Amino acid sequence: MSALDVASIRADFPILKRTVRNDRRLVYLDSGATSQKPYQVLDAERNFYENHNAAVHRGAHQLAEEATDAFEHSRANIADFIGARADDLVFTKNATEAINLVSYAFLNATLKATRNLPLPDGAERFVLNVGDEILVTEMEHHANLIPWQELCDKTGATLRWIGLTDEGRLDLSDTSLFTSKTKMVALTHQSNLLGTVNDIGRIVIAAKAVGALVLLDACQSVPHMPVDVSKLGVDFLTWSGHKMLGPLGIGCLWGRTELLAAMPPFITGGSMIETVSMQGSTFAAPPKRFEAGVPMAAQAVGLSRAVDYLRELGMENVAAHEHELTVAAIAGLQGIEGVRIIGPTDATDRGSAVSFVLDGLHSHDVGQVLDENGIAVRVGHHCAWPVCRRYEVPATTRATFYIYNDLTDVTALVDGVHAAKKFFGV
Amino acid sequence: MYQEIILDHYKHPHGKGLSSEFASEVHHVNPTCGDEITLRVQVLADGKIAVSYDNQGCSISQASASIMYDQINNFDFAAGDKAVEHLIAMLQRNVEPDEDILGDGIALVGVAQYPARVKCALLAWMAWKDAAIQAGAIEEQS
Ligand SMILES: Cc1ncc(COP(=O)(O)O)c(C=O)c1O
Repeated sequence: MSALDVASIRADFPILKRTVRNDRRLVYLDSGATSQKPYQVLDAERNFYENHNAAVHRGAHQLAEEATDAFEHSRANIADFIGARADDLVFTKNATEAINLVSYAFLNATLKATRNLPLPDGAERFVLNVGDEILVTEMEHHANLIPWQELCDKTGATLRWIGLTDEGRLDLSDTSLFTSKTKMVALTHQSNLLGTVNDIGRIVIAAKAVGALVLLDACQSVPHMPVDVSKLGVDFLTWSGHKMLGPLGIGCLWGRTELLAAMPPFITGGSMIETVSMQGSTFAAPPKRFEAGVPMAAQAVGLSRAVDYLRELGMENVAAHEHELTVAAIAGLQGIEGVRIIGPTDATDRGSAVSFVLDGLHSHDVGQVLDENGIAVRVGHHCAWPVCRRYEVPATTRATFYIYNDLTDVTALVDGVHAAKKFFGV
Repeated sequence: MYQEIILDHYKHPHGKGLSSEFASEVHHVNPTCGDEITLRVQVLADGKIAVSYDNQGCSISQASASIMYDQINNFDFAAGDKAVEHLIAMLQRNVEPDEDILGDGIALVGVAQYPARVKCALLAWMAWKDAAIQAGAIEEQS
């Protein structure tokens, strides 16, 4: 018995009714890249544009009021979904921008401190000195790696990383990675390539013991499992709306109240100011300090509706459903000669991203044959190139499962891989 | 897209393996999927360009490298570049495939329908052009 009624869920997703490549049923196994959107979300966005559209936090007319209300109500609802206060939730373009917002808080605080310029109270936590350390892991998406590499290059800080075990989990045996020089630990909740769900409690304890902050990249966890920041113990949480049934163009940064208050702004301009003169300006309190320009109100409304949709399903049920598909997919793929799963084959502490390689065949070719059969997977290095290097594979084929997938889709995947093997004679 | 000719080149690539004599070496990658090629060229006294390569990647990128070797190894820059430009035009569906110019490369025409794969088909040829220019082959050919 599945935890979800997949047939009625599928009926909510207009795109799942279309066919691909010569009238084949669309088997969408690429939700890890971006999820499909139910009509409830599409309607919410459309309703905003049709009835309430105006630039929020500007203007004194009724539409501006309604748009601002809708935007701020959405913020509160989305914050509530992760157990947070509305004022601690910042909207960004996507998770990538949210992570950059934090890395640039470090850079900007460091630059301003060097020139003795005024900074918010508490900003010393974000000032880096040569030799300070940023700790990441070898399983990070490029979005949670390159910003820290850049920050280290510009400030003289040192980037260190937690390596991976052969099974695809964090190798936490080297506790000397956490030092008094560690200022930030940035890691993913669930690897988008390996599927590994990391033990955040353990990381938080090690980080707190040395006074480091923790940023959790929750791109692959908030859409798929219950996430509550009041229990996690991390300092920042970042994720993208488009991977959790929401619209493209909106991401989220949650931060502890006092940390957001201590951070200098990233992108500057309208909306984020307190006072402005030709001689200089002061900045608004969070979250507005980090939301320069006219914000993405329709997308916030859409994401808020997505959150309601997931809440109605229940995140426990979402996780249980995906677990069932993950177990079946791993078993099915492992039953094929020449297939090697890249990532844990044990489905505990593991999400639904299932990556694999097939002996003698590049993932592009596997993906092409699957595509001919209507099956949409992702191929390549999945913006986690160091993971491919670690396991010495040029690329992988990755299936990711979500609420609208069922065991039929798993069977289609397994059959498709058999077809690829047969076609290429491997 | 996967014609017999392509699968043949993929399974039995021609000219794969790097030569130790070379004037320039390039390393090109297809960053979306991790296809890689290392390619070396040597410009000979008569302006002809000897090419050698090693690569890893999908069937299209590997077959295309093998075909590239068959087609333009020991061509001068102008003749090799004409083939590269013809392949590009074919993959953009701007010209009919010309077997005299591309040889087995005309079998790559099906790739034009899959925009995501066009880079795979071009990888070796663009590497050849880059390496040839770096080796000064344009000046040599006159
Ligand atoms: C784990 C992880 N982190 C970060 C990102 C970046 O998300 P976005 O491209 O929406 O900014 C992704 C998306 O692929 C991801 O899976």
